[in-house]
Amino acid sequence: MEILQSIIPTALFFSAPLIFTALGGVFSERSGVINIGLEGLMIMGAFVGIVFNLTFADVFGDWTPWVSIFVAMIVSGIFSIIHAVASVSLRANQVVSGVAINMLALGIGIFLTKEWYGKGQTEMVSKPFYTTDVPFLSDIPVIGPMFFQSMYMTTYLAIFLAIASWFVLFKTPFGLRLRAVGEHPMAADTNGVNVYKMRYIAVILSGALGGLGGSVYALTIASNFSHATIAGQGFMSLAAVIFGKWHPLGAMGAAIFFGLAQSLSVVSSSVPLLQDVPQVFLLVAPYVLTILALAGLIGRADAPKANGIPYIKGTR
Amino acid sequence: MKKRFLLLVMLLTLGLIVAACGNNDDNNAADGNDNGTDTEQNGNDNASGNDEGEAGGDTDYTVAMVTDVGGVDDKSFNQSAWEGITAWGEEHGLAKGEGFDYLQSNTDADYIPNLQQLARADFDLIYGIGFKLEKGIADIAKQFPDKHFGIVDSVVDADNVVSIGFADNESSFLVGVAAALKTNTNKIGFIGGMESDIIEAFEVGFRAGAMSVNPDIDIKVQYAGGFDKADEGKLIASSMYNEDRDVIFHAAGGTGNGLFNQAKDLKKNDPDREIWAIGVDRDQHEEGKIDDHNITLTSAVKRVDNAVHEVSNMAMDGNFPGGEILKFDLKSEGVGYTTTNEDAMTQDIIDEVESWKEKIISGEIEVPSKYDGLEEYEESL
Repeated sequence: MEILQSIIPTALFFSAPLIFTALGGVFSERSGVINIGLEGLMIMGAFVGIVFNLTFADVFGDWTPWVSIFVAMIVSGIFSIIHAVASVSLRANQVVSGVAINMLALGIGIFLTKEWYGKGQTEMVSKPFYTTDVPFLSDIPVIGPMFFQSMYMTTYLAIFLAIASWFVLFKTPFGLRLRAVGEHPMAADTNGVNVYKMRYIAVILSGALGGLGGSVYALTIASNFSHATIAGQGFMSLAAVIFGKWHPLGAMGAAIFFGLAQSLSVVSSSVPLLQDVPQVFLLVAPYVLTILALAGLIGRADAPKANGIPYIKGTR
Repeated sequence: MKKRFLLLVMLLTLGLIVAACGNNDDNNAADGNDNGTDTEQNGNDNASGNDEGEAGGDTDYTVAMVTDVGGVDDKSFNQSAWEGITAWGEEHGLAKGEGFDYLQSNTDADYIPNLQQLARADFDLIYGIGFKLEKGIADIAKQFPDKHFGIVDSVVDADNVVSIGFADNESSFLVGVAAALKTNTNKIGFIGGMESDIIEAFEVGFRAGAMSVNPDIDIKVQYAGGFDKADEGKLIASSMYNEDRDVIFHAAGGTGNGLFNQAKDLKKNDPDREIWAIGVDRDQHEEGKIDDHNITLTSAVKRVDNAVHEVSNMAMDGNFPGGEILKFDLKSEGVGYTTTNEDAMTQDIIDEVESWKEKIISGEIEVPSKYDGLEEYEESL
């Protein structure tokens, strides 16, 4: 039980940025636009979040981190329009465009960091997120320490957004259209859905959520921005999208699974049974578990049918 | 079709250009790959022989350095090396541009042209700061056999190149002593970047130091598997602090950010809790600030400035140690620990650490740098 109490809270803070970003991936891919650029969108989010936080810490006081992630969300949303223009309007190869986003974001982030701060990494922010105990709920025995003590509020926001995304995608007309555009754009078009508009919205949403993920990562874990702040989290999120079968709640579950595996690999060194296992095995365990899960446990992962195919009006 | 292709090409090109302009700062965050803990790269020091120079001061010997992409104000190796050269120059009445100078590398492609430019400009001794310049120094040293070169934190085998290294195990030993004195729970931790010879020296030194003060101390060692994994660092730190380990030393570059982040978060929520982090390579005091407290106990530092300064003097006096691998240790003030956090590093602790420092300098104890040596050391306690 004590092990669970130490694994779950750490797993959740580890997972939160992945959940946000994976949700972004779900929106984009559900509309038929592959988004390899999640990593770049996270980098953009982390960069904007850190710079905004450093610059405006005095203005916004304790609200700085919240305002920072909001601004990061907007800027990354705007940034992702590049991907939308290239892959929706200009019908470019979506994978290549996504890779370009990754390179561009890192380049911009580091270039501006050097221009503005004169060095390769920023200072540590003075106003990151801090953990808090949830009033009342944290006093519940057993469950309290696991889910409500020393938690980042952003973790709850991530879970909330996952549920909200599920609702939007599966319970609203907007969601139905978005999914239709990703499955069979011509049918959707015939029924009066503006395919391009829907895809633009989806990509911009994925940019905003990716930026949110990146800035939350930066402000809860890294505390500064450098070329290595975001190193692979975007791709882990992408894996979570596929692992979660392009479903918001599935993606959230996959992200939390990654967090649990990662956390277990760290904590296991103090668990009697696992203590004697060489550390290298524990370090690779999360990835092995992921491969096993992808290969056998979840069955076929069916992508949205029109995923990756640019829609050209009038073609069959 | 054409249009699409063109756009992609343009996007990619733009990305490449911007990336090329910016990438330089790699050195700060995670150079770890080869130097494990070095968040930044070290430079090379080159001490070159005494040729004639045209400077004004009491010497005609001239010294220059090429930074790696971190830039001269990187708060780490490059800056430290430049401070060393500046101090050396001022000591001998020289001024920047006349007697000593530096060239900044903005991309990895700048190393060789920069080194060439300085060599042609008749500087006698040219340092390359950081392992990234290893190849550049090796090439240029061959082209200019009468010039003297130096490389920091790496090894170049040539008669006119001196390789400068640091005894990280000794500084780690001292912060290990400090950690063992500071802990209230007798449980401390070490976070490594990746398992390698360099990080092994940090780990072994730290453990030896802590055991010297308290043979029964419980030290937990965990490796994050990378120097850019702040999230992993934070997970490990969180788990160690949960086990009541109250002092944690990291030799993990950017991964260490997670340690500072976690320590500050705990301190923020419970200002009375006594937890500490120990920094590496440079004074990480700034990173530890939280409200009115500071959780950075001390840092195990590399004094690139001292190393550069000393090698420059040797070279000026005609004793350029070409072809040698110099190891800067406590004795030569090439490594050390910091006492910036005066509230945490009390006089008692400093006195005790100093007494161990003297024992190391006098050769009374030899700090191990390998696991084998650690076992022997433990038995000798």
